[in-house]
Amino acid sequence: MPRNTINIPDKIEYLSILNEKGELDAGLEPDIPEELLLKLHRALLLSRKFDERLLNLQRQGRIGTFPPINGQEAAQLGAVALLRPSDWMVPAFRETAAEIWRGRSLESVIIYNNGYSEGAEIPQDLNNLPISVPVGSQILHAVGLGWAAKYRQTDDVAMTFFGDGATSEGDFHEGLNFAGVFQAPVIFVCQNNHWAISLPVAKQTRSKTLAQKALAYGMPGIQVDGNDILAVYAAAKEAVDRARADQGPTLIECVTYRMAVHTTADDPKRYRTEKEVDKWRKRDPIVRFQKYLVDKGLLSEDKIAGIESEVLEVIQAAVDGAEEKMKALGDPIDMFEHAYAEMPAYLKEQKEAFVTEVAEMTEEGDHG
Amino acid sequence: MAKMTMVQALNLALKQEMAKDDSVIVLGEDVGVDGGVFRVTDGLINQFGQDRVLDTPLAESGIVGMSIGMAVYGLKPVCEIQFSGFSYQNFHQIENHAARLRLRSRGRYNVPMVLRTPYGGGVRALEHHSESRETFWAHMPGIKMVIPSGPRNARALLVSAIRDPDPVIFYESKALYRAFREEVPEEEETMPIGKPRIAQEGKDLTLISYGAMMRPTLEAAAGLKEKDGVEAEVIDLLTVSPLDDEIFVQSVLKTGRAVVIHEAPRSFGPGAEIVSRLMEKAFYYLEVPIERVTGYDIIIPLFSREKAYLPNAQRIIRAARKALSN
Repeated sequence: MPRNTINIPDKIEYLSILNEKGELDAGLEPDIPEELLLKLHRALLLSRKFDERLLNLQRQGRIGTFPPINGQEAAQLGAVALLRPSDWMVPAFRETAAEIWRGRSLESVIIYNNGYSEGAEIPQDLNNLPISVPVGSQILHAVGLGWAAKYRQTDDVAMTFFGDGATSEGDFHEGLNFAGVFQAPVIFVCQNNHWAISLPVAKQTRSKTLAQKALAYGMPGIQVDGNDILAVYAAAKEAVDRARADQGPTLIECVTYRMAVHTTADDPKRYRTEKEVDKWRKRDPIVRFQKYLVDKGLLSEDKIAGIESEVLEVIQAAVDGAEEKMKALGDPIDMFEHAYAEMPAYLKEQKEAFVTEVAEMTEEGDHG
Repeated sequence: MAKMTMVQALNLALKQEMAKDDSVIVLGEDVGVDGGVFRVTDGLINQFGQDRVLDTPLAESGIVGMSIGMAVYGLKPVCEIQFSGFSYQNFHQIENHAARLRLRSRGRYNVPMVLRTPYGGGVRALEHHSESRETFWAHMPGIKMVIPSGPRNARALLVSAIRDPDPVIFYESKALYRAFREEVPEEEETMPIGKPRIAQEGKDLTLISYGAMMRPTLEAAAGLKEKDGVEAEVIDLLTVSPLDDEIFVQSVLKTGRAVVIHEAPRSFGPGAEIVSRLMEKAFYYLEVPIERVTGYDIIIPLFSREKAYLPNAQRIIRAARKALSN
């Protein structure tokens, strides 16, 4: 009875193109049109500044709890930039940069985070799913969407996002396993931001990488520097090209860092050191991409300042617009909508009783 | 018309809907080559191929989560969970997503999927194979919970469920799968979801039930007629949620007496809601308190004792006689 080695014919690569100092590995530089490079840069800045503004609004009590994305912009934008409008984007809840790139309005983000479901409305022409809070549960939806796109003989793909914590969930396993078995055109983008609230990734798994989990499902996996937008883009391009060519799914692990709180209800000082955060601050995805673009002659300090003030104006307009729109959203009667295609009789009764009761209570005032 | 078992009638519904609409996809464990452990999907893979009938890996959350994605795309997945006792491994997919994607996208997406699954006791099955947990699903806003009671309505309701724009949990009684045959027309037949039916008209007493319990309920009605000369009106809910109360309220306004029968545990069971509706809408017409004949608030025992747990015609008659006193 022999004990032979089974050769698993795969390997896990780590890809970095633009290092922490913004120095380019020219041999690996992806071919990205200048227009797209500049569009990505603006999206990075817009996402960062918008995130900062949301934090500000939350601290002022003008919106509720939300999950900041600071530090993870490149991991999202580098991947989502490969999608066409007809492709499907299936986010978790910390993908605001990707959602904005895919056409979600800043106003809707503010309105949603202020507790109005109107902000979750998805326009008819956007193939984005709404954010998904139960960790990892959305991964399977991307598999169904990708499978359906293939069944309908399109070459559309589905891209789903999740974090390092989600890789511990059963739905991660089931999703990747199903995608492997059915060869669904899905790109699994794991943003390994090192922390699932207070749990470091080292306590999430004994795996050396998250990318290697792909091998068990018979799909390629790659680990990339998630703060290097060129590396994320290059890996995502390979994955999307494969999926469009009916060559199956891919797992991309973007190694990044959650610079801010898990949500605004969280205090990271309880579980991680400022020293660690400082280490990652030096790896900022935007700074190094700006250096790359300046070196290429596409940007200058002046141009960056100009873009910054332009996105700040856009953000201000969105804040003003959202606050104006929210003035009209006071009527709670909306909460009865969208349960079923057609409202059942008993729900109509409850809705009518609610209207009557509210009117009566208003009439009673303080004397009730 | 051919006489069919419920298994054959469900198979007919799937076959005809799949032939009619290429967006109908069947998926689940052993539903393809094996034709399903109860053979409800028998022959579908031969007729429609493996792109329409997917033998999936053994993972309930995977099956339901994938179905949700397909449904959002615009397909009409009909997934099978082999036994409802395993559907708790996909519970979160129904609660967190199927039930609320319409709300969370404000109508941009809906989830026109059907989750078929066998439920209930009475066939001497293994542990985790005999529960009746319709309350779990009936309690979820956004979900429709359908339970047919015979071959003909099973076929018609499954066709309606497949065409329904909202997610439907479709419970199939194992005890009814091959219990009896009914005439089932070859031509298309649908039944409205959310609409109970009067299975038998009567003036003295209202018996309200659904699913597998319709048999002992009808048996009890016959016994009451024969032994006591009582004419019971029997209501078959067919849809547990959204619960339409019009028909059974009208019936109780007429009879003033009611017994609710289900095999699910009593506390917080569908009977609790039915009784509440009657309190709200028929209280002053009630002659006596409403009776409930249900499973007990325990895990259904292993099969040697399951008969003692399940309501039967005799228990229903005893409750009916209480409701007929005064």
